[in-house]
Amino acid sequence: MSENLPEVPQEPVARTGMFGVSGSGDTSGYGGLVVRRAPQLSTPRPYGGYFDELVDALPEGTAERVVVDRGELTLHVARERLVETMQRLRDDPALRFELSLGVSGVHYLEETGAELRAVYHLVSLTFNRRVRIEVSAPDTDRHIPSTVSVYPTHDWHERETYDFFGIIFDGHPALTRIEMPDDWDGHPQRKDYPLGGIPVEYRGAEIPAPDQRRSYA
Amino acid sequence: MTTHATEAAEGKVYDVAGQDWDQLVDTVLESDEERLVINMGPQHPSTHGVLRLVLTLDGETVTEARTVIGYLHTGIEKNMEFRTWTQGVTFVTRMDYLSPIFNETAYCLAVEKLLGITDRIPARAEVIRVMMMELTRISSHMVAIGTFGMELGATTPFLFGAREREMVLDVMEYITGLRMNMAYVRPGGVSVDLPAGALDKVGELLKVMPQRIKDMRKLLDANPVYLRRTKDVAYLDLTGCMALGITGPVVRAAGLPWDLRKSQPYCGYETYDFEVPTEQSCDVYGRYLVRVAEMEESLKIVEQCLERLSGPLKSGPVMIEDKKIGWPSQLALGPDGLGNSPNHIAHIMSSSMEALIHHFKLVTEGFRVPAGQVYASVESPRGELGAHVVSDGGTRPYRVHFRDPSFTNLQAVPAMCEGGMIADVISAVASIDPVMGGVDR
Repeated sequence: MSENLPEVPQEPVARTGMFGVSGSGDTSGYGGLVVRRAPQLSTPRPYGGYFDELVDALPEGTAERVVVDRGELTLHVARERLVETMQRLRDDPALRFELSLGVSGVHYLEETGAELRAVYHLVSLTFNRRVRIEVSAPDTDRHIPSTVSVYPTHDWHERETYDFFGIIFDGHPALTRIEMPDDWDGHPQRKDYPLGGIPVEYRGAEIPAPDQRRSYA
Repeated sequence: MTTHATEAAEGKVYDVAGQDWDQLVDTVLESDEERLVINMGPQHPSTHGVLRLVLTLDGETVTEARTVIGYLHTGIEKNMEFRTWTQGVTFVTRMDYLSPIFNETAYCLAVEKLLGITDRIPARAEVIRVMMMELTRISSHMVAIGTFGMELGATTPFLFGAREREMVLDVMEYITGLRMNMAYVRPGGVSVDLPAGALDKVGELLKVMPQRIKDMRKLLDANPVYLRRTKDVAYLDLTGCMALGITGPVVRAAGLPWDLRKSQPYCGYETYDFEVPTEQSCDVYGRYLVRVAEMEESLKIVEQCLERLSGPLKSGPVMIEDKKIGWPSQLALGPDGLGNSPNHIAHIMSSSMEALIHHFKLVTEGFRVPAGQVYASVESPRGELGAHVVSDGGTRPYRVHFRDPSFTNLQAVPAMCEGGMIADVISAVASIDPVMGGVDR
């Protein structure tokens, strides 16, 4: 654990519904599945290393929260300011984050109002630096502006995040599913989507999900 | 079988069933349509597994190339959220199946960073990891070059590549018990120590491999047919690479010596002596040259690993000392290939109840990882392989996302192919060296 993170009081949250099983969600059979909420934190200055310099190069108030954890810098940016921030991170001579490593989605089921996250990892080859940009959207309004215009490599990454989490990237040139079939229902990486329990479809045939193939009673 | 042409909303559709090419040509010639859309893959021997390309052709020129993926999506990232942190290794090793050790290492580096134990990994385990990674790089590049030759119509490079890869896989089997998907690197170290005679095996490989790489060079470096199929084909310069997020041999063939082993070292790479080969040509031939040179550099690193493993790090732990994280039993490869530890079993079954409870807890439930998120990356044979791992403080990952270089690099197919000949599409895709297991995960 990083030492610059204060000890946060955390309410235990029991996670249920593992494997889509009701009644017994615990697959380990031991210790229960009590998990804790991820800490909502903001790190005080100084951040250390090049982090201060980097945050200073951005306009005041760009980041809603700055988290320095385990030697990595995370900037939480409001979705309205995402595109301009990305543009600045790429083009500002003091920042020069030329390379983006794509978008990764996370679904924090418990964090009401900011359930869906798009996480961007950027690299500056000039300064050999890394930064993580995190943007959130409430589950009731799953929109985040597309950054394909700034980093064309986000094309497939945003499609993947849309496919798995249902985040709609406004302004993406062709936001369609990329891994799942086009007519798939639901977004499988979301936490409210069960693992398994889905029949296998073939053309002209359907094989029931493994737990429904035969009765063991 | 005969060629059928049916009218559909999108135009005339030709069904080809094999052994009817002459008929197909005749039928197409009758048509006055200039534009032809060809579906290549997902079942096509030249598309590296199950990649599908939809090519719009004007004569033999590609005017539009669309890439369709998803045929090998197996939900590995979702599955990992339902298994312990250690079991995750068994999943990630199956992603990019030509370079399993890199997936495992990227994942384990991320987990170790989350646990805050990065600098407590035993030195011997780190050297073993580096050695295994560099051996894997050789085998992966051998497949890349070998299949590339075959896709261009020459079987000899493939036979050479498969033979050389087999040597590496033999060493892998000897050390880990499995040829592929070995789940060898674990959070905290590696699963088993090197068996007796492993260093000799690697030493033998080091003796033979330089000549084998030279043979490959002799076969291809100045081969006129090969040169005409690869030089100035699928041009992608540095600007294009940066915009599309391309890393690995493709960006190094565009002249940028960007290699994480040098720029942001991990596993102690800063202590090894090796070069980062680059080319300026931005074409398929340059990418080939970079790969061959990288294999030669990998051999240098393996040699340095051998020196350390037979010298200062001759013995020592290969798993973290922390009993709350390290696997409880010290596994050893038996003559039957199964990893088991009779001493440990005797200890937990007959002498210590506490050890049995500890073993049971750690193996079934696993260890807890403090909440937070990290990103760890390694330089895989295809580029930057990154693992974004999120923990909620529990015994399973909350979210694992792999930034696989094959996935990102495949986006360059239209940029490399459009405006070129259809035959060059094969070279272009092969020069990216995508592995569909990594693309779709």
